[in-house]
Amino acid sequence: MASPAVIVIGAGPAGIRAAARLVEAGLRPVLIDENERSGGQIYRRQPAGFTRPASALYGSEAAKAVALHAAADALAPRLDYRPGTLVWGIADGAVLTQRGDRLERLPYAALILCSGATDRIMPLPGWTLPGVYSLGAAQIALKAQACAIGSRVVFMGTGPLLYLVAWQYVKAGATVAAVLDTSPSRRRVLAAAALAARPAVLAQGLRYLAGLRRAGIPVLTGVTPLRIEGHGRVAGVVVSDRAGRERRVEADAVGLGYGLRSETQLADLAKARFGFDAVARQWLPETDADGRSSVPLVYLAGDGAVVRGADAAELAGRLAACAALRDLGHAVPEEEFSRLRAALRPMSRFRQGLENGFPWPGHLAAMLPNETIICRCEAITAGAIRRTVAETGAPEMNRAKSLGRVGMGRCQGRICGLAAAEVIAAARGVPVEEVGQLRGAAPIKPLPLTAELGPDEG
Amino acid sequence: MKADVIIVGGGLMGSATAFFLRRRGLSVILLERDLVGQAATVASFGNIRRQGRFLPQLPLANLSRDLWGRVPELIGEDVEFLASGHLRVCFRDAEIGRMEQYARDCAPYGLKLELISRNALRDRFPYLSPEAVMASYSPLDGHANPRLAAPAFARAARREGAVVVEHAEVVGIARGAEDFVVETRAGTFRAPMVQVSAGAWGQRLSAALGEDVPLTPAGPQMGVTEPAPYRIPEVMGIHTDVTEEGVYLRQVQRGNIVFGGGRRDAASLDTKRATLNPLNTMAQMPHLRRLLPAMAQLRVIRTWSGVEGYLRDDIPVMGPSGVTPGLFYAFGFCGHGFQLGPGVGATMAELIATGRTSVPIEPFHIGRFAAASSTPPGPQRG
Amino acid sequence: MSASGHEAGLFRRLAETGRRPVRLWVDGQPIEALEGDTLMVALLTQGLVLRHSEFGDGARAGFCMMGACQDCWVWTEQGGRLRACSTTVIESLRIVTREVPWPALP
Repeated sequence: MASPAVIVIGAGPAGIRAAARLVEAGLRPVLIDENERSGGQIYRRQPAGFTRPASALYGSEAAKAVALHAAADALAPRLDYRPGTLVWGIADGAVLTQRGDRLERLPYAALILCSGATDRIMPLPGWTLPGVYSLGAAQIALKAQACAIGSRVVFMGTGPLLYLVAWQYVKAGATVAAVLDTSPSRRRVLAAAALAARPAVLAQGLRYLAGLRRAGIPVLTGVTPLRIEGHGRVAGVVVSDRAGRERRVEADAVGLGYGLRSETQLADLAKARFGFDAVARQWLPETDADGRSSVPLVYLAGDGAVVRGADAAELAGRLAACAALRDLGHAVPEEEFSRLRAALRPMSRFRQGLENGFPWPGHLAAMLPNETIICRCEAITAGAIRRTVAETGAPEMNRAKSLGRVGMGRCQGRICGLAAAEVIAAARGVPVEEVGQLRGAAPIKPLPLTAELGPDEG
Repeated sequence: MKADVIIVGGGLMGSATAFFLRRRGLSVILLERDLVGQAATVASFGNIRRQGRFLPQLPLANLSRDLWGRVPELIGEDVEFLASGHLRVCFRDAEIGRMEQYARDCAPYGLKLELISRNALRDRFPYLSPEAVMASYSPLDGHANPRLAAPAFARAARREGAVVVEHAEVVGIARGAEDFVVETRAGTFRAPMVQVSAGAWGQRLSAALGEDVPLTPAGPQMGVTEPAPYRIPEVMGIHTDVTEEGVYLRQVQRGNIVFGGGRRDAASLDTKRATLNPLNTMAQMPHLRRLLPAMAQLRVIRTWSGVEGYLRDDIPVMGPSGVTPGLFYAFGFCGHGFQLGPGVGATMAELIATGRTSVPIEPFHIGRFAAASSTPPGPQRG
Repeated sequence: MSASGHEAGLFRRLAETGRRPVRLWVDGQPIEALEGDTLMVALLTQGLVLRHSEFGDGARAGFCMMGACQDCWVWTEQGGRLRACSTTVIESLRIVTREVPWPALP
């Protein structure tokens, strides 16, 4: 068997740039990606046979998307590239992969995790109805399938993606019924200084907002989401507006999301140490400035380490590869490190501005009616979680899961974990960092019982 | 703080003992290092299985089975016990004889097993493997929820008046003139009697008290599938001498299939964590498919382990100390303690309160290691 | 059945409607999708449901569309399982959203 390769997980902006840097150093890394085509979520490609130009798919980011795809395609022959492949476990210095019914165990010399992010979700009554999707889903439907999630769509939540997706829908000819933002607009004023760290990105955001207003789309800020109504499908969204008045918007679909949360389960399986990140309001793997985790030869880059967006992910991917190369004994010029670190600095500042401008509304968890489903896999309600805490004294997430099933289902708490933590914290009257985080376990996604190790494995 | 009895270790054994001691009117302090039921109990498969056990353990197992049936009335909480039957299935003709022998041997203990072969097996349990050559069916066995059991017993003990102290790791036990003095991170406790029911950590305490035992910590390799309609009432396991083949499974009423068996993996008394090695999950899958072919349609959604204590002879330490009056042990249940839990609690409470037990527990006495004589045969699995 | 914006479905097609049609079967009824559709889009441009929650709280039609939430697993008639958001449709696929093909009690 050949000596272990450097393995990069995730072929989005961070993973592609990490793999490219490793190839530059003369290595042939393994690049594993769950999607069939590289690009990640942000630069997700449409299937073969679709004809829209990059400008229609990626708007102002088209040039970056095209460049990244070209880089990935050029790189592919120089990699051990494994698309459509799930990494479901990490054990004893090897990753465990699954594609169809085939399992493999791949030892690594170093491991660079570029696992990306998913939407941060605060449930509300009705959010499991057909027609309610994450903002990311709404965007994927459009970008990768040329579909709108409904005929009359409400976008609700907070964060830059809220406005971006709404604007993309308008441009694509969909009907957007309203944009409902939980963050009051004064938060953006307070965060303006930090947001100015990336003036072009800030300006873009303002353009989306102006475009929505021009198109006559109602944009409400500072709302409190109350419920999504409907029987068997979405019929409308009810919020309480800034003045405390109840407002109902007719709609047959809702795009819901409150910023992004890092996908950290693989870092957990790699036994990386986590700390509570007060900005993200999430437990994140600890890294140094270059992406080294607490575990030797395990690195993190991109939104899976900390959500700073695609531009930062490209830089961080390259930087993590530089760190891995240096740790493996390859010469990497100090100048490259300092250049990448410097380029990432404003991104970190901007991230703080975004979190301040569009804060995670954790406080809403305390107000959710008891019948609200929190864990959609197991259909565990806010009331059931509160009862578990009250009757059993469950002080933290894993105990609440063990005794009350929250986060125990197919997604392993990926979707409900942050909100469940807020419900538990509110029920106990403690800060959310005191209720801990769900421990990760293999398989991080459902593993078919038919799967088997290949004949040369084991 | 002082009581009649201090119990060190709040797993199922300690929690059940605390409950039954209160029922007998003794005052009890239950000391748990972390949270009740978090180490071995929570990771247990949840099997309420008597068949296949070490024969001298059957009276205790029978007592425990009766108590499982009465858990809701005893403790006022449901821990999802279902007497839905237990099947041990074998795939080799060579194993039929052993299965028949066990069914004959356990009958005098009051355990009636039904042996079902080939075609009859397929008629009765059509979802079972067509390759199965024989199954031994124990209709009154079943399963319960191991995540709920110990906390439920501890809550019941507390309702009955026991003092349950969590986050009370024991740092020292000494025998004073009249009482044991138990020093913990949550204060000092005194009692004339102490029970050590600290699972895999039991050996550290017994050794400190002058009675070392050959115990190895290990972690079972557990997993669960996504839910499917509830159609498989029986707990089932493969009866085999080949470790890897010895998988077992049960469908819970919510629909998920919980499984375990095969190889165990390392567990650490210091980190308090047991390793779930995903390679073991992979090794379990073909045997699970063989036992229950429809399971191939499902997906594994979660795996876990927990710290269990295994004695060299694969049977627990249970009974009075061989050297120190007032000291009792109930630990090291070698991965087959869950079914015994209520019975152990009732029997240890009886022993502590009266000095006698209504079911024989001599084979489990800690003195068997001091004697260093021949080791008795351990239980069979599945 | 029209490929563009059939009102009976959740999703509405906005573009790329010139692709080759693909026929599949849902609960025994034929539906027409387009080559390159994910199974989710194929089902939800013409229907409202992918699956029913195992715990009785109603119909589900997926949520994240990126393989994270696991709320769009559907059954094939043969008892196979497909994650609708990350499976591309193929001709003659037979999906069930109602009856789960799982062993019956004797």
